[in-house]
Amino acid sequence: MTSLDKASDKTPGATQTGSSPTSTPPVVNSGISKNLESLKNGLGQFYGKKVADYAFRTSFNDDVIEVAKEEVGNVLRYLKNESQFDFLMDVCGADYPDRKQRFEVVYHLFNSKNYQRVRVKAKLAENESVETATKIWQGANFFEREAFDMFGIKFEGHKNLTRILTHHQFVGHPLRKDYDADRQQHCSTALPVHFEPDPTWNPAGRNLVPLNIGPAHPATHGTLRVMAELDGETVARANVELGFLHRCFEKMAETHPYNQVIPYTDRLNYCSAPLNNVAYCKTVERMLGVTIPPKAQAMRVILSELSRIIDHFVCIGANAVDLGALTGFFHLFTYREKVYSLFEKLCGARLTVSLTRVGGMAQDAPQGWYQDVLQTCKEIREGIDDLDTLLTGNKIWIQRTQNVGKISAEKAIAWGYTGPCLRATGVPLDLRKATPYYGYDQLDFDIPVGTNGDVFERYLVRVEEMRQSLKIIEQVCKNIPEGDYTIRDRGIVLPEKKDVYGNIEGLMNHFMLVIKGLRPPVGEIYDATEAGNGELGFYLVSDGSGRPYRLKVRPPCFAIYQSFYEQITGGPVADVIAILGSMNLIAGELDR
Amino acid sequence: MSATASTSTSASVDSSIEELSKSFAFATKLDDLVAWGRKNSLWPMPYGTACCGIELMSVMGPKYDLARFGAEVVRFSPRQADLLLVAGTITEKMAPVLVHIYQQMLEPKYVLSMGACASSGGFYRAYHVLQGIDRVVPVDVFVPGCPPTPEAVLDGIMALQKMIAEHKPRPWKDNWKVPQYDKLG
Repeated sequence: MTSLDKASDKTPGATQTGSSPTSTPPVVNSGISKNLESLKNGLGQFYGKKVADYAFRTSFNDDVIEVAKEEVGNVLRYLKNESQFDFLMDVCGADYPDRKQRFEVVYHLFNSKNYQRVRVKAKLAENESVETATKIWQGANFFEREAFDMFGIKFEGHKNLTRILTHHQFVGHPLRKDYDADRQQHCSTALPVHFEPDPTWNPAGRNLVPLNIGPAHPATHGTLRVMAELDGETVARANVELGFLHRCFEKMAETHPYNQVIPYTDRLNYCSAPLNNVAYCKTVERMLGVTIPPKAQAMRVILSELSRIIDHFVCIGANAVDLGALTGFFHLFTYREKVYSLFEKLCGARLTVSLTRVGGMAQDAPQGWYQDVLQTCKEIREGIDDLDTLLTGNKIWIQRTQNVGKISAEKAIAWGYTGPCLRATGVPLDLRKATPYYGYDQLDFDIPVGTNGDVFERYLVRVEEMRQSLKIIEQVCKNIPEGDYTIRDRGIVLPEKKDVYGNIEGLMNHFMLVIKGLRPPVGEIYDATEAGNGELGFYLVSDGSGRPYRLKVRPPCFAIYQSFYEQITGGPVADVIAILGSMNLIAGELDR
Repeated sequence: MSATASTSTSASVDSSIEELSKSFAFATKLDDLVAWGRKNSLWPMPYGTACCGIELMSVMGPKYDLARFGAEVVRFSPRQADLLLVAGTITEKMAPVLVHIYQQMLEPKYVLSMGACASSGGFYRAYHVLQGIDRVVPVDVFVPGCPPTPEAVLDGIMALQKMIAEHKPRPWKDNWKVPQYDKLG
């Protein structure tokens, strides 16, 4: 753990080319990264002169290609087919009302061979549309519907461009800058059972029974709604409805100072709140160009891994409960409580801890905390072994989960799977190994993978991941670096209370930072970490003010959930519950 | 309290009171007896929608164990429950579903609002979040916190038990009408 302070975490702020969100960014083709240079040449060979109109930039180490809206489809196809950008991680919109073409569609692509990322952007005016990416990646479906819902951006050729997060009586598009954050619109009814339009659908001669599950059903974990039509015991077709927990995270982020966004991130994936804190702060820190001290990195790693363990506890526990095995749930919650106690010792809160700050941690760990962590790890390890004997060899558990919800690696990638569900298909993609941060490359741990991606293997992957997380925590805890728990940059981190009350500099510093807020440079950035469910990404646009101009979350389970209808169609209705539980859908993250 | 309690209300003959007092019996009002039964056998329906739902799992879990307070039987059908535990943010989209669930519960029925979001919208002063479930259903107990600790939820349950035992009037419940969504403000 000596070289936690990784060079790759440092951001060369000098490469920033200054794209002001309110004015058209200057086309700068100089100073672009090598990767982007080769992409540019490749695109040039493929499309010839047209490429002269594209803008290539590397800002904050992110590669960006700006193209005209008519070219989006071509460029995405090229990047997927010729440049091996196999993952479409995110599609989102952004609104710049001062511009002539006020909207931007932003695509984030990822290459799982060399871990390269690229951002493709296109500008759109109101009433203009852009070609849908759903024909290139199936997984663009929900993301494009969300961009339509939030901004009113139209995607030509999308089969079902309807609202996804807001309710069906909602008027307007809430993430547009001219929509007030607190303007509520009430909803008086729930939609009847409905399905996506499908021209090939032919129910003739079948006696189909509609079935509605949720949103208030025990197996839907609160707020998911699954609608199906049954042919006997078999699901003939299915659909899902989202948005029952759409709490407007992104709008809230735009109306709060950077540090006040942290409590909102807690409530994204509330089963593993610290993972979200870390992901968000890491994004802002990269934009600010600061590297947090080794001790803060170590603390974040410990918190992240503890969170990953308790996230998997809830997933496995709930999955087992839904299939009738209540013991597992009670058993795992005993250990979850032990981790809560650790969090409580650290900061006073159990679930929503908010204990990272931009620049480091909120406070140092109390004396003896790392010993407590090690002790708890020991107990959890025994707990996981018990779980193993309880479920892994259990005949009923195996029969209910094996060969249920099978998915191939290619399909999973097309849908945008990441995390344990992807690794269960045999793809060893884990951002902790692929693009290590916080010294993960110095630690000894393995990435468990499966072979056929069914519910049983998702479970096995999660169990093994918990063991690996324990291994990571133990390595870090035994080797905690000396030093401060936060950086001491006056423009970023509040001074300590004793200085605020004790001397005038501290007082003034506190006052100025609270009034002005920390202000990252103008620009935009995408940063991702490996969360409990997969790639948790934040796309942050800063206009240089004290609040994010736009903050888009790339929620891992949102992408996975898109494939749900396909996973359950043709199978027995009992498997619906097994598959739903194995996807670990956390409504806070799904609906935001 | 022993099993003979149920027969004690009929004991009105003076001469037998002396006899009875030597056994395990005692005299009470029928209303009190019913209230005693009600408060100690709440059947909760956990309506967990968000983070509070996870804390509610802890309340039900081995460490805090809500069963100790008689609320052992968790029901997921509103028709079998008499306590609606609303744990988590209720969005505008969810509000009609919540009302529907509440209407399906049989009398007597109680509502506990767990956490800041359910009680007031919390720090989500936002376009898609209902600013407190008391706008659409009558709430008996509000439990503050984001999320409340399991101890706080147990405290809320005990407050409700006290309310039931004391026959506290509940005008919010008696005057409740199905919400008019265009008049919610």
